[in-house]
Amino acid sequence: MVNEVTIRIGGESGEGTISGGDILALAAARWGYHVYTFRTFPAEILGGPCLFQVRISDQSVKSMGDFADVLICLNQEAFERNISDLRHGGVLIYDPSDFTPEAGDFITYAIPFNEIARKEVQLYQTKNMVMLGAISGLFGPPMEAIAQVVESKLSRSRKSNPILMEKNMLALEIAKKYVTEQLSKRDTYHLGTVEKADRVVLNGNQALVAGALAAHCGFFAGYPITPASDIMEGLAKELPQVGGTFLQAEDEIAALAAVLGASFAGVRSMTATSGPGFSLMTELIGYASMAEIPAVIVDAQRAGPSTGMPTKMEQSDLSFALNAGHGDTPRMIVAPADVADCYSLMILAFEMAERYQMPVIFLSDQSLTARVESVDRSVFKPTEIHGRLQYNGNGANGASAQSEAVTVGAGVTEHSYARYTYTASGISPILAPGAGAYTYVATGLEHDDRGHPNYEPENHIAMMEKRYRKLATAAEELPKPQRYGDEDATIGIIGWGSTEGTIQEAVDRARAKGYKVAALHPKILSPLPDRAIRDFIRSVKTVIVPECNYSGQLANLLGAKYGLQAIRVNKFGGIPFTAGEILRAIEEVS
Amino acid sequence: MTQTTLTLTPKDYKSEVKPTWCPGCGDFGVLNAIYNSMASLKLPLDQTVVVSGIGCSSRLPHFVETFGFHSLHGRALPVAQGMKMARPDLTILAVGGDGDFFSIGAGHLIHAALRNIDITVVVMDNETYGLTKGQTSPTSPTGHTTKSTPYGLLASQFNPIATALSLNVSFVARGFSSKPKDLAALVEQGIKHHGFSFIHVLSPCPTFYNTMDVWKGTVTPISADHDTHNHSKAIELAMETEKPYVGLFYQEERQTMDQAAHHLVQQANEFDLNRYMARYS
Repeated sequence: MVNEVTIRIGGESGEGTISGGDILALAAARWGYHVYTFRTFPAEILGGPCLFQVRISDQSVKSMGDFADVLICLNQEAFERNISDLRHGGVLIYDPSDFTPEAGDFITYAIPFNEIARKEVQLYQTKNMVMLGAISGLFGPPMEAIAQVVESKLSRSRKSNPILMEKNMLALEIAKKYVTEQLSKRDTYHLGTVEKADRVVLNGNQALVAGALAAHCGFFAGYPITPASDIMEGLAKELPQVGGTFLQAEDEIAALAAVLGASFAGVRSMTATSGPGFSLMTELIGYASMAEIPAVIVDAQRAGPSTGMPTKMEQSDLSFALNAGHGDTPRMIVAPADVADCYSLMILAFEMAERYQMPVIFLSDQSLTARVESVDRSVFKPTEIHGRLQYNGNGANGASAQSEAVTVGAGVTEHSYARYTYTASGISPILAPGAGAYTYVATGLEHDDRGHPNYEPENHIAMMEKRYRKLATAAEELPKPQRYGDEDATIGIIGWGSTEGTIQEAVDRARAKGYKVAALHPKILSPLPDRAIRDFIRSVKTVIVPECNYSGQLANLLGAKYGLQAIRVNKFGGIPFTAGEILRAIEEVS
Repeated sequence: MTQTTLTLTPKDYKSEVKPTWCPGCGDFGVLNAIYNSMASLKLPLDQTVVVSGIGCSSRLPHFVETFGFHSLHGRALPVAQGMKMARPDLTILAVGGDGDFFSIGAGHLIHAALRNIDITVVVMDNETYGLTKGQTSPTSPTGHTTKSTPYGLLASQFNPIATALSLNVSFVARGFSSKPKDLAALVEQGIKHHGFSFIHVLSPCPTFYNTMDVWKGTVTPISADHDTHNHSKAIELAMETEKPYVGLFYQEERQTMDQAAHHLVQQANEFDLNRYMARYS
């Protein structure tokens, strides 16, 4: 028997579907399983269809799963919306008082969730506990693991009281008893005992907050926006405890402006937003690039354009992130692939911003913000943090002697220094206020090496080249993407962002079927790792570029930069790829 | 490494960059007032930052030897507030013009006032857009004819002092660029004030809208017996637009957001990754 099951719960927002699913995922992970969740929300607080899916396996899980093995429908609409995603021969669970499903290629269990909650537990809000008790009875996750999670969740909740806890436990027990005594199990899904492992269970945004703090972020300014608000909320709570400060700004323009003010003053600073807020920030991205001020900007992408679909997934801000702002504006882009990346690449993003004195855009997306994964605890380890290249008054890093303070008259000392001095790397030593003798003025105007406004052609050329030279330096210094799959592959897949696991699962499945496939997944999209990408393209016959957007933004970029004619696979309904969809694309080009 | 010389004279605050303003511009008087107030307070060059937006007056940080942040149009306030929140030890001035603070950056003014972050704002108001050659501004009088209002300005005139008072700004003053001594005293008081200090300066543009002679005739000092804690009297003075009052309208000491935030962090520890992760295991 395979120790794996994918369970989907479909219901109405506000009736505990999501919170019930979260409890199940955490319980399974604590019990020793790998978990990977996917969820959709309506944008409204209450009402509207929502679903929660968790894939539970004793093997590492890379994607949300092509189909649900078990589908729990809490109303007729959930059945109609989700039944096509139930595996042939899968399990449908429903409450006969809600609806009666038409027969199909699935096993059904009718469980009176509503009646148990209302009449036996006598508290309707325990309906999701009834559901969890039934899952425990049917598929194996032990009651103790679920009860433990419920208990710890309730003890942190303001609504906590002994009666509520008692009722929840009662609901779990009655439901489990019901399914073991009243139903005869006709399916084969069963999660057996597995070895415990040291894993943590969290979503992308929660990992990102940890990454920011581990990177010594000392200031955050932001404005509420779905799906980035919980980054702001997390840092609002954590920052004061580690000596940092926080500002909820009046809009996203003010947020990034405040971040640049704090960063100029020497404090590692960041903001987090989604597409609409990112649009507002563009003028300051240009400023940060021009004045060479470090900043980390998280764009948790959601489906656009305009207000779009705030609670849906899309990878459609890549072109914008690459080009946001007028003029030629070097910036860096990092795209995390999974929850672990939200931690470790966040640290890298700060290191990049500080080293290259440039805005770094961290392109997460809605699905990753909310995706809960079990991650080995060893991923979350403290990392050595490097400071900015400091000006020390002696021409550090090739800064010329003219940078030193010069006495220009009786009692008058000149304090300004060559803040933007030309170096081979393009990186000029920086100083924050309070460091001693030297000062400078940051400006968005073109300036000379001392920061003074200067519109001479030679100066503009030299400064433009210096700013762009930092990207070339970074391209040499930053980690390169690793090829996944066959060395002698004929089919290559290049992806970016949160689709990596799904692509790798498709590669695994294709290779098992005998196809020669490999994947490359660059996580730094500016500067692009040219050599690694060129080598990869050259090594295969056909390149597929799967992206969750309409226009093929990475494919366009690869076409423009490397002349690549890729097979484009685009999905843009607001839902991520399944591995099966990418596998199908591999089979089609073979 | 050369040591900072003890800075005492206004000259020490003068940078090597020469002002770009037209002869007769009111902003020269404001710049001198800033040099004088800084010298009088002996502000350390390396612990002082002058933040600005975009416009003629926003060029000012380049002419000062302290740190400077010449930001984008309208954005001086959020930049200065982020800086002060992160580094409460710094002395921060936010300077610029009427376009910066009352038009493109007007939204920021409301929230800066509510937060009462300890920065000093100096608005050089010439009632016109000088850098773009004379279009109408929020502080231009109704009926004002410019290239962008060829049939006369149809909107009402913005009242900076009344607005600041309505937002409960904790230090509200007005100066005149032709009275740089009085202005320097106000700027000095504003910097010393713990909280958000708002100093509105009448600073004429001789090139595109010369109000110098008008203001010389109408500007009226606030009487010495004015109670600067009397909010309603301050509003009454602010509503007098024919004879603009100069001096300190209102002052109130109350908690600043930067102080409050730093009380919170006094018990702070190093980030403990294990403690953070415990909730997810």
